[in-house]
Amino acid sequence: MPGAKAQDRVNDFVIKVATVNGTGSASANGLLMKAIFRSGVPVVGKNYFPSNIQGLPTWYEIRVTRDAHRARAGHCDIMVALNFETYARDLADVASGGYFIYDSTWPRPALLMRDDVTVYGVPLAQLCNEHFAGVRTRILMKNICYAGVLAALCNLDIEIIRSLLAETYSKKQKLLDANMQAIQLGYDYARQHIACPLPLHVQKLQLTNGHVIIDGNTAAALGCVYAGATVGAWYPITPSTSLMDAYKGFCESLRVDRGTGRKNYIMIQAEDELASIGMVLGAAWNGARAFTATSGPGLSLMQEFLGLAYYAEVPAVIFDIQRVGPSTGMPTRTQQADLQSAAYASHGDTRQVCLYPADPGECFDFAVKAFDLAERLQTPVLVLSDLDIGMNDWMCPDFNWDEAYQPDRGKLLDLEQVKKLERFWRYYDHDNDGIPQRTLPGMHPKAAYFARGSGHSQYGAYTEDSKEYQVVIDRLRKKWLTAARLVPKSILLRSEIKTEIGIVSLGSGDAAVREARLRLMAQGIHTDYLRVRAFPFSDDVEPFLQSHRINFVVEQNRDAQLRSLLIMETGVEKSRLRSILHYNGMPIPASYVYDGVAAVITPERPAAQLVG
Amino acid sequence: MTILAKPKIAYPQLPRNALGLTRRDYEGVNSTLCAGCGHDSITAAIVEACWADAVLPQNVVKLSGIGCSSKTTAYFVGGGHGFNSVHGRMPSIATGANAANRDLLYIGVSGDGDTLSIGLGQFCHAIRRNLNMVYVIENNGVYGLTKGQFSASADVGSTAKKGEVNNQPPIDPVQLAITLGVSFVARSFSGDKAQLVPLLRSAMHHQGFSLIDVISPCVTFNDHEGSTRSYAYTREHYEEVVHADFVPPAREIAVDYAPGEALAVSMHDGSRVLLRKVEAQYDATDRAVALETIQQRLKQGEYLTGLLYIGSDQPELHALNATPDIPLNQIPYAQLNPGSQALAKTLAKFR
Repeated sequence: MPGAKAQDRVNDFVIKVATVNGTGSASANGLLMKAIFRSGVPVVGKNYFPSNIQGLPTWYEIRVTRDAHRARAGHCDIMVALNFETYARDLADVASGGYFIYDSTWPRPALLMRDDVTVYGVPLAQLCNEHFAGVRTRILMKNICYAGVLAALCNLDIEIIRSLLAETYSKKQKLLDANMQAIQLGYDYARQHIACPLPLHVQKLQLTNGHVIIDGNTAAALGCVYAGATVGAWYPITPSTSLMDAYKGFCESLRVDRGTGRKNYIMIQAEDELASIGMVLGAAWNGARAFTATSGPGLSLMQEFLGLAYYAEVPAVIFDIQRVGPSTGMPTRTQQADLQSAAYASHGDTRQVCLYPADPGECFDFAVKAFDLAERLQTPVLVLSDLDIGMNDWMCPDFNWDEAYQPDRGKLLDLEQVKKLERFWRYYDHDNDGIPQRTLPGMHPKAAYFARGSGHSQYGAYTEDSKEYQVVIDRLRKKWLTAARLVPKSILLRSEIKTEIGIVSLGSGDAAVREARLRLMAQGIHTDYLRVRAFPFSDDVEPFLQSHRINFVVEQNRDAQLRSLLIMETGVEKSRLRSILHYNGMPIPASYVYDGVAAVITPERPAAQLVG
Repeated sequence: MTILAKPKIAYPQLPRNALGLTRRDYEGVNSTLCAGCGHDSITAAIVEACWADAVLPQNVVKLSGIGCSSKTTAYFVGGGHGFNSVHGRMPSIATGANAANRDLLYIGVSGDGDTLSIGLGQFCHAIRRNLNMVYVIENNGVYGLTKGQFSASADVGSTAKKGEVNNQPPIDPVQLAITLGVSFVARSFSGDKAQLVPLLRSAMHHQGFSLIDVISPCVTFNDHEGSTRSYAYTREHYEEVVHADFVPPAREIAVDYAPGEALAVSMHDGSRVLLRKVEAQYDATDRAVALETIQQRLKQGEYLTGLLYIGSDQPELHALNATPDIPLNQIPYAQLNPGSQALAKTLAKFR
């Protein structure tokens, strides 16, 4: 926390690097993250980047957190300022008692004046110009050089950095040497000119064993591979593209037949999102596990097809990596603002199954779950991740894989079952759970049916008959109730002391809520916490809301979309649901949740007096 | 309205194909289109082609969008699965379906509105991918279900039923497809079954995207004087330049042609398409010649018909993506699942 005593800040501080995008700072930031992680100290990485190829300001934030918090800290202790354009705001961003490091090749003493911040100049450009040739190399090495400076300031083990670089450049000795030289330049300069380490530094712990540093898009892609997905169709859109890139990468190493070179998957870059979802539906209707990844604008384009998939009962898996809307919005900033457009995607009485992963680990698990649910329920499943989960670096426990796993193909009949049938009725409710039986093209003439978005009877025939139409649309409602029993349950964290205060959140809001609860508890404010993980809401949601006098609904959009869904889909009175809304495009920090609750509730003014 | 299936009565004298099936076995439910609709003749031609080719009914996948033409996939091969998708988006459904199972026969039926207006983008991109499917456009120059608006294929100067004159130039799917690199394109007329059936059979054997643009008069909204898609106008102005005969695998070419009159194009499965030139200088294997001739004749108000271009060596979607011979939807899960050891190895890269 800003202003805390120095000795309290070992393994608990935030470094922020301000650069210009397109200069290769990503590898330096990744190197720092992993060096801290390999020191056994939990770490959080957040990348704030522009929707641009080269030349605009970008920031990378590394939170060193011995308590293994996972949210954005919401402040900065050590700023590495490499972008002159943003010096002023970067300096203003440093918490009192913090440090500001800048490239003093061009000294700016007059600009950089703050009594409560220590400013250190390191002539990064000069150091690199003296030791490296070529403009591009000098720029790249300048970035590696600041990693060396930070290594000295924050007491990072130079041997860990050396081995990380050796892994990255195992086949490129020259690059390895240059990188290590740049590290050493920064490291030595800092040691000679600054009292190292700073009070804010890293001391080795043993808290990262059995963990990985991974982003949600990579994890989701890996989940798709393990789920047995063979068809991926997509139209590139930030921030979802890296999911498809990762799927491609994993497939190239895990899914290519070594003998024949043939690929046990296909990726189709579609002409737009209307086509990508169409391809997914075509492939899934035909029995392949198929998926797409998109973001808000793409989800808007997919609406018509999602309605068809709901009504014609076609499985599909859609990853919506939410970004800031409305419209194009801010493509490289995060939000949870597609909750409603996903839940009721398309015209008419449609409702779509949604899963809300909270971190990359759940992205992996829910990817597999999504394919199972889509086939079991014969309907699209939308996995609502967001930019924060999808593209930022999260420390997660190792993913597990159950060797006994078999894909749930649901009520997909095989040839023998079809042969035994007198007649096959595609949309008939045999089992009274709202889920009909399904066949695949190519099986048998008896299995044939016509999938259509126009009115159809339970026997699969075209209809304009009111009763016949209603039988099917009512069965779909019954299927929805079945879905509520099959989706992942919520995660409930109870206070040790009985409380009337509930917090409800979802997705990437989890990290901030968990941290805020600890801080609230330290102030004597006890809360129960329910993290909703799916739509339709599982049966634990309404009882939670009803059993708390006040429920703070924490979400990352302006219009309280989760709260609206809760009001529409449960019987809870509106007055019990109070919003804490964060929607400026940055991941929600714990302080925002803490402040939101603490502004309303104090130990002296408990919930009981508030509502009535 | 409920559509009753026609009673399937197998008269012993009905001719049977190699599978022992009659033409009735390749029919679907009753058509609900207007009496005399060109689309019904095309449906009959598809039935004939599938029967003659002895296709397993369950191996036929029927795909369509929205419109009168798109309804017709319910009227043929009742033993095959059908997918009536959303307006203009049939190509993407076909792409996904084909990606999942390369072994089936994909027949898409669309209209000029479904293909050339709302669905123009997907149509173009399916051609670019050389998706292995038969794509039939039932082209009548008019929107039928919404009662008579011009479509994007209506000719300049043609009139609507109530007299309105179209003054926007048409999009010709055949010329467009040729410029996009289509590997098989034909034009035909719903009233010419003798031409259409062998074209359909050739298209069914072609490995790649086969487009057949079939002029198919709308008897209700576009069969009047002033229309350039009426029966009368089409009969007067269409001209066959290349007649395609389909020769199944292992059958001898029975008829002798004078040298230069016919060209046999081999298909991947050993069948051949015998191109009989009605016009000596036309070369259906030369994209530029095809395009130039079509344009010249259109200027004179003539529709060239027949197999207008065929390029038999262009790789289709699966060849381009190096997928295995076994359909992706039939690979056992054990082969798709990398297992927990591979997971541990993968995760090690993230430390």
